[in-house]
Amino acid sequence: MEFVSSHLISLTVFLPAVFAVLLLFCPSKTEEQQSLIKGLALGFSIVVFLVSLMLYTGFDAAATGFQFVEKRNWIPTFGISYTVGIDGISLLLIVLTTFLTPIVILGSWNAVEDKLKPFLFLILFLETGMLGAFVALDIFLFYTFWEAMLIPMYLLIGVWGGKERIYASMKFFVFTLAGSLIMLVAIFYLMGAHKAQFGNYSASLEDLYKVKIAFDGFYSPQTLLFLAFALAFAIKVPMFPLHTWLPDAHVQAPTAGSVILAGVLLKLGGYGFIRFAFPLFPQALHLLAPAFLILAVIAIVYGAWVAMVQPDIKKLVAYSSVSHMGFVVLGLFSLNSISVTGSIYQMLNHGISTGGLFLIVGMLYERRHTREISEFGGITKIMPMFAILFMIVTLSSIALPGTNGFVGEFLILLGAFQNNKWIAALAGTGVIFGAIYMLWMFQRVMFGPVKNEANKGLKDLSFREMIVMAPIIVAIFVMGIFPNIFLSKIDVSVKAFLNQTRI
Amino acid sequence: MLALILAFPLLGFLINGITGGFLGKKFSAKTAGIIASSAIFASFCVVVGQFIQLSSMEEGSRVIENVVFQWITVGDFSLPFVLRFDPLTAIMCMVITGVGFLIHVYSIGYMSHDKTPPKFFCYLNLFSFAMLALVLGGNLPILFLGWEGVGLCSYLLIGYWYEDDAKASAGKKAFIVNRIGDLGFLIGIFLIFSMFNTLDFASIKQAVATGGANLNIKLITIATMCLFVGAMGKSAQIPLYVWLPDAMAGPTPVSALIHAATMVTAGVYMIVRMNFLFSLAPETLMLISGIGALTAIFAATIAIVQTDIKKVLAYSTVSQLGYMFMAVGVGAFSAGVFHLMTHAFFKALLFLGSGSVIHGMHEEQDIMKMGGLKKYMPKTFITFLIGTLAISGFPLLSGFFSKDEILYSAFSSHEGLAGTGLWVVGTITALLTAFYMTRVTCLTFLGTPRFKEHKEDHHHHEAHASDHNHDDGKEHGHSHGNPHESPNVMVIPLIILAALSVFGGLLGLPGHSWLAEWLAPVVGPHHGEHGGDAYFVMAVSVAVGFIGMGMGYLLYVKTPEVPKKIKNSFALVHKLLFNKYYVDEIYEVLFIEPVKKLGRFCWKVLDVIIVDGAVLGVARLAKVTGEVTRLLQTGAIQVYAVFITLGLVATVGYIIYGIRF
Repeated sequence: MEFVSSHLISLTVFLPAVFAVLLLFCPSKTEEQQSLIKGLALGFSIVVFLVSLMLYTGFDAAATGFQFVEKRNWIPTFGISYTVGIDGISLLLIVLTTFLTPIVILGSWNAVEDKLKPFLFLILFLETGMLGAFVALDIFLFYTFWEAMLIPMYLLIGVWGGKERIYASMKFFVFTLAGSLIMLVAIFYLMGAHKAQFGNYSASLEDLYKVKIAFDGFYSPQTLLFLAFALAFAIKVPMFPLHTWLPDAHVQAPTAGSVILAGVLLKLGGYGFIRFAFPLFPQALHLLAPAFLILAVIAIVYGAWVAMVQPDIKKLVAYSSVSHMGFVVLGLFSLNSISVTGSIYQMLNHGISTGGLFLIVGMLYERRHTREISEFGGITKIMPMFAILFMIVTLSSIALPGTNGFVGEFLILLGAFQNNKWIAALAGTGVIFGAIYMLWMFQRVMFGPVKNEANKGLKDLSFREMIVMAPIIVAIFVMGIFPNIFLSKIDVSVKAFLNQTRI
Repeated sequence: MLALILAFPLLGFLINGITGGFLGKKFSAKTAGIIASSAIFASFCVVVGQFIQLSSMEEGSRVIENVVFQWITVGDFSLPFVLRFDPLTAIMCMVITGVGFLIHVYSIGYMSHDKTPPKFFCYLNLFSFAMLALVLGGNLPILFLGWEGVGLCSYLLIGYWYEDDAKASAGKKAFIVNRIGDLGFLIGIFLIFSMFNTLDFASIKQAVATGGANLNIKLITIATMCLFVGAMGKSAQIPLYVWLPDAMAGPTPVSALIHAATMVTAGVYMIVRMNFLFSLAPETLMLISGIGALTAIFAATIAIVQTDIKKVLAYSTVSQLGYMFMAVGVGAFSAGVFHLMTHAFFKALLFLGSGSVIHGMHEEQDIMKMGGLKKYMPKTFITFLIGTLAISGFPLLSGFFSKDEILYSAFSSHEGLAGTGLWVVGTITALLTAFYMTRVTCLTFLGTPRFKEHKEDHHHHEAHASDHNHDDGKEHGHSHGNPHESPNVMVIPLIILAALSVFGGLLGLPGHSWLAEWLAPVVGPHHGEHGGDAYFVMAVSVAVGFIGMGMGYLLYVKTPEVPKKIKNSFALVHKLLFNKYYVDEIYEVLFIEPVKKLGRFCWKVLDVIIVDGAVLGVARLAKVTGEVTRLLQTGAIQVYAVFITLGLVATVGYIIYGIRF
């Protein structure tokens, strides 16, 4: 028990990988064996969720600094270590990850028949990568996990994706890699800078926070380093105009891939800004913030406009992600406690509601093997239960008060408004356009008469599908009505973060 | 205790929702309706209890406040879920639960042939919950929660018969137009927060009271204008009124409850709630009264020529809401609330009466196909007539007092032309109102029937099936025979509402207004010393009311061929009015199409060609470079991997050993 409590983070992070390897030894020839390994994978992911809850309950919301810290030497010559630890912000993102993984596995129960075992292996392996990136306090370790996520996601899209999967997965790979390689160069520069100032190499984040990087306007090392990090994170978020990989990746990815991509991977962009780019280069941040605010507003409005005219439901949801993540960036760069808290909350919300939407789209796709909006119409009459759940997730996506989405958007806009009225007012139009594209899509898919013969025999949700959606629906309301459960965990961390960004 | 007011409708919503949604449609309209009605009645009882408690308190301290839980807390910023019950809330809650209860009961009869009554009653209870939260909320975000909540219910109930695409579209339109207003509302909230650093009503009022010269009147003016934009959306004022007439696609009890008596008055409520802020911004108030007056007369002209009974009432509602804004715009907040209340009585009555007619006429809504219904539906006729008289300002009925109060406030408000102008517009609107309401009543109930009368009851109409107004979600258990009077469960609410429409005005007798005194702690003391010109205003009101009613009766009963002649000789005007000044079409061309085009442009041109093209261009450039070094290109990914690694190692080595800082 002593070992468990002192290595709780490592346990949470590496359990999925260990389970993934275990899965490889299970036979999967017959159908029974296949069900067994699906069950095993689900069980494993639930165990990981429960372990992460130990982190959640053991976390002291009032304490400052990182908690559950573990430190081991890794490559001492370059000051690279295995240092992990969490604050409130990483805590919530960890729980989001472990919460979504079982849902994803149960959600793709019947969707994946081909190469089932590698599929489940990759999902669990990916979970380790994502969790690792959220806990790493060593910048090189962070980079390792960051890249480690890339491969399973690339394979998930490339192997289990739709018709254009090769193009989409390559695009995803190239975009992300391009960003992260430039970040790597910046990381090395930082490590070198530490040696220059303190006499030894270090990749430890706490050490790097102390490094002073020269700053005198745009053409100075700090600004360039900030941009190098920001590029990697902006691609991940994704920010306009670096978002074009996202719709392709989403449309081609299997449902599980889309949910994880939207639910967690994009959050790493926002998280990267919070943990690395902002506190490491505060002066550059203040110089460039206006530009990022403008890009955020463009993403919000532009994403919504493009989402509005999509004929494919999944692409619509993908562009809505661009819009929603624009709110996250807006809140972060507005740099006050209300907006930043809103951004972090919005990251969770987006994981829940967009994850939910992708699951919903997947359920339609499994029935009809199409995602064209024009193929549907009047589905409410045929699938009433589905309609109720779809409606709830839609309302969460358009931030209706009482659902999780409202708390995030309201805080972001309220905070952003105190920073810059015009930017916030423009971003606010996203509230209108969000309602337009979601409700218009909902009407064309769910309302009206049933015109398409192919839709007449569709079965309503199965028991399994309801179980998949149940946690999402519960989360939508709990997070909308009692947000303080979660907000209280990040209060101290947000204050500390804002102190780091002061100049 | 206050939480109980919210808890009962929420409970009703859950019971009907869970059984209707998750356990299949087990409940009949009767069971579901009784559950929902009891829930709202329980709420009503709690409201009455709280009202009695409030009246027993000192006049200056009439506030009951409960913090239910902490909603959102970020550092020092905290938003408790706080409920406040003060004289204004009391009036609103009484109207919502009282009139709401009658409409719930009425719906048991009206929805008896519906396929999914639990769903209907579940939405109705959810609406009541949201509406009560709106008026009970002690800070702006809770008001906004209720505000969007009622919007959601409105959306769900307008599109209740979702299989009809037009109805689903009407619901969507309502939501989106409201969202436009809501953005204004939100910005107003943000501005208020940036000025006062709080969103709590009591704290803002405190800050305003102690602010003195430090208050930034310019910012307050902008903030209140933003709030008013929200009110324009919710309360259907120009230019955001367009959703309300379409909202008549919902079942008629919904039109009565949401789109006449309660939800659409939320904008008026909000302004009265924030009166201490609006009073500081004379420009905003001027705008409000101007928009109110314009909306009042504009909608009234449209109502004159509509032939759908519900459309007439819808435009009438828009017009009457205009009156309320005119009142609050001239600072007569209690007069606005007074008219809000009496309007809730007589307009709910008129809508429910029209529902009774529609029900009795087997889903017919065209008044041109009615006539002579007095014979078939005597109770509906009498109650509808009372509603018409009340809205037309027949002396001593409720509408007479409340409308007169507004007209007098307008008349005596601004120095010079502005006040007189408002009064003139209001008076002309009163004339139009009396006229079009009499027209509807005459065309529906008097004269000779314009539908086929049957000697025997078992004959069937086939024509109904093709009627576009047909509520296709309903099943008809009965034959399409002659019109029939509605069952008691529908008629009794009509009678009670008729009584309220007759006597409701006694709460606000000119000069001795109980309501104005009751509201004084919220809106400030009543300074309505009615001078000699009050009698002049009243005399004019009475005169135009009688002229309007007389003209309506003469034209549509005595000489029914004359309106046709007028219509023919003013064909263009008629067309313009009948097509509602083509506002929907103008909006389509000005806003909806351009936004769609913009979306397509952003997608097809910006996203696919420019942004993606640039990225792929870079990739192509890399490929051209690759041509040069094609000797290295083996096509095997392992080789690339080796090169990438080598490159990385070189970079790392260079940076670590090569750079001197």
